[in-house]
Amino acid sequence: MAFERNTQETYYESIIRQGYSRRDFMKFSTYIAAYMGLETSAIGQVAKSLETTHRIPVIWEHYQECTCCSESFIRSDHPIVADIILDKISLDYTLTLMAASGHQAEAAKHATMEKYKGEYILCVEGSVPMGDDGNYCCIAGRSAKDLLIEAAEGAKAIIAWGSCACNGCVQAAYPNPTQATPIDKIIKNKPIIKVPGCPPIGEVMAGIIVHLITFDRLPELDNIGRPKAFYAKRVHDSCYRRPYYDAGLFAETFDDQNAKEGYCLYKVGCKGPMTYNSCGTIRWNNGVSFPIQSGHGCIGCSEEDFWDNGPFYERMTGLAGFGIESSADTIGKVAAGVLAGGLAAHAIAANISKRKELRDSIRTARENEKKFES
Amino acid sequence: MSSKNYKRVYVWELPVRIFHWINVLCITVLAVTGFIIADPPAILSGAEASESYWFGTVRVIHFGAAYIFFFNMILRIYWSFVGNRFAHWKSFLPFSREMRKNIKHVLKVDIMLQHDKTHDVRNISVGHNSVAALSYVALFVVALVQVFTGFGLYSDMSGWWLPDLFAWVVPLLGGDFMVRTIHHVATWVFIFFTLVHVYLVFYHDWLEGRGEVSSMFGGYKFVSEERFRKEGLADMPQKTPPAEAPKAETNPAT
Ligand code: SF4
Repeated sequence: MAFERNTQETYYESIIRQGYSRRDFMKFSTYIAAYMGLETSAIGQVAKSLETTHRIPVIWEHYQECTCCSESFIRSDHPIVADIILDKISLDYTLTLMAASGHQAEAAKHATMEKYKGEYILCVEGSVPMGDDGNYCCIAGRSAKDLLIEAAEGAKAIIAWGSCACNGCVQAAYPNPTQATPIDKIIKNKPIIKVPGCPPIGEVMAGIIVHLITFDRLPELDNIGRPKAFYAKRVHDSCYRRPYYDAGLFAETFDDQNAKEGYCLYKVGCKGPMTYNSCGTIRWNNGVSFPIQSGHGCIGCSEEDFWDNGPFYERMTGLAGFGIESSADTIGKVAAGVLAGGLAAHAIAANISKRKELRDSIRTARENEKKFES
Repeated sequence: MSSKNYKRVYVWELPVRIFHWINVLCITVLAVTGFIIADPPAILSGAEASESYWFGTVRVIHFGAAYIFFFNMILRIYWSFVGNRFAHWKSFLPFSREMRKNIKHVLKVDIMLQHDKTHDVRNISVGHNSVAALSYVALFVVALVQVFTGFGLYSDMSGWWLPDLFAWVVPLLGGDFMVRTIHHVATWVFIFFTLVHVYLVFYHDWLEGRGEVSSMFGGYKFVSEERFRKEGLADMPQKTPPAEAPKAETNPAT
């Protein structure tokens, strides 16, 4: 059972014990270092830390979520990822994957929280409903909010897996009936790594964990707390259809000739230009493909409020609060028309209202003109 | 309102005029390329991407024009400290009682088309009238919005420190979606402004006949002699420096 695992074993030892060879281990180190965006010179460092570091205890909480992050995680490309992370990084507590359940599971969690106070990593999958005293999500008879605050107390760092934990995802979409709240709005005093995406890419998740093990500190984060190694670039900037975008060649519909040619999906709603993620480089399912490669525009799943930001299959021009059909441009055109009409009316009114002054000045000018003739 | 005895006054100095027309050009180019980027035209062709780069070029023009727009704005801010009184930053906000009175006058006479009970020649501004000045302040604010959101979006693609200065805008507003929406919507404000601005220039030119339209080319406006007399400037040579014309300080038009 999870909490009985030998914590004195290093990652390397447990990998070898699992039946992998030293060569497999080195290949894995190289592979994960590449995903983490490290230089080749750092591979040795990665291998070394895996050889010498004892496992970090991890508590993995599930709140308002669909478990797609866990699913993505266990499908991460390399078998060692699953092995070390599920087995050896040792999820001391994760509802989905642990053997224990019920009181036993809760006991395991509390044992870890006490024993490794200040040392364990808290992974959170899902948002926390703050509405109605947090009653929309209860585990073991306690609200998610309660559980999060308790678990965060002794955590060394928190990883917010997926868009739910980072920005609320679909359950936080307007009007957000349960007041689904991302982790960083509730926990303020702990370092939080945000790993948005619905779900995040498995390799990204593994890369972040290995980074924590290897360097014993958080990966470099951007202004909103995402690891720079994976979220510094827009999908658009690493998209293989980008040359079509720059050439102005766009699919107009999903079934036209342009779509068949593999043109850019910008006009059928691709959100790649607004979305920061590594889909274009790491791709999905062992690097097989990613949405754009499969002919579907990016829906921007790793961006805040992507559910509320316009239809998935149109260029985003929607304006919240003006109804679904109206876009900023429709409103703009109507307003410009009304304005032009108003100005024309003003011009006519001005000529009527100021007719006396105008008549005077025109007369004087005419007289002046006549002087030249005489 | 009569067409007699006008004196020529140098209102818009050369840098102001250059600023104005570069600004016009930039806004036009930015709006047109901006709308193309937001909604590119449909082209059905069997072309390969390697054969053209027109969309990339449109974007390059947009970014280039944005830089010119930005630096032009900076130079105008500089000039608002060293330029003449009509270009001065103080002339844009209603600090004095006269300027506030002028707002009322303009709203009443030029917007609501009422008539003043007593004709006061000083109500006709030499430089910007106070309402127009406020509209330029508003436009300046919108221009700042465009600069911040635009460079914010651009910063990620650039390695230069200048756009990088604005990188914080995107996380502040919650991501590219929101920043883009604001950038797009604010463009319409420029269009509305342009409509009203051009109309009012023609309006003033037609009703006052003081060369409102041509002033932005040559820099001169015409001010009636009566005005000079009222302000006690009748006998002064036209090139009197402002310091020696105390009454002019209270000029509602400045
Ligand atoms: S398909 Fe999407 S991400 Fe790729 S180039 Fe076109 S707009 Fe950008």
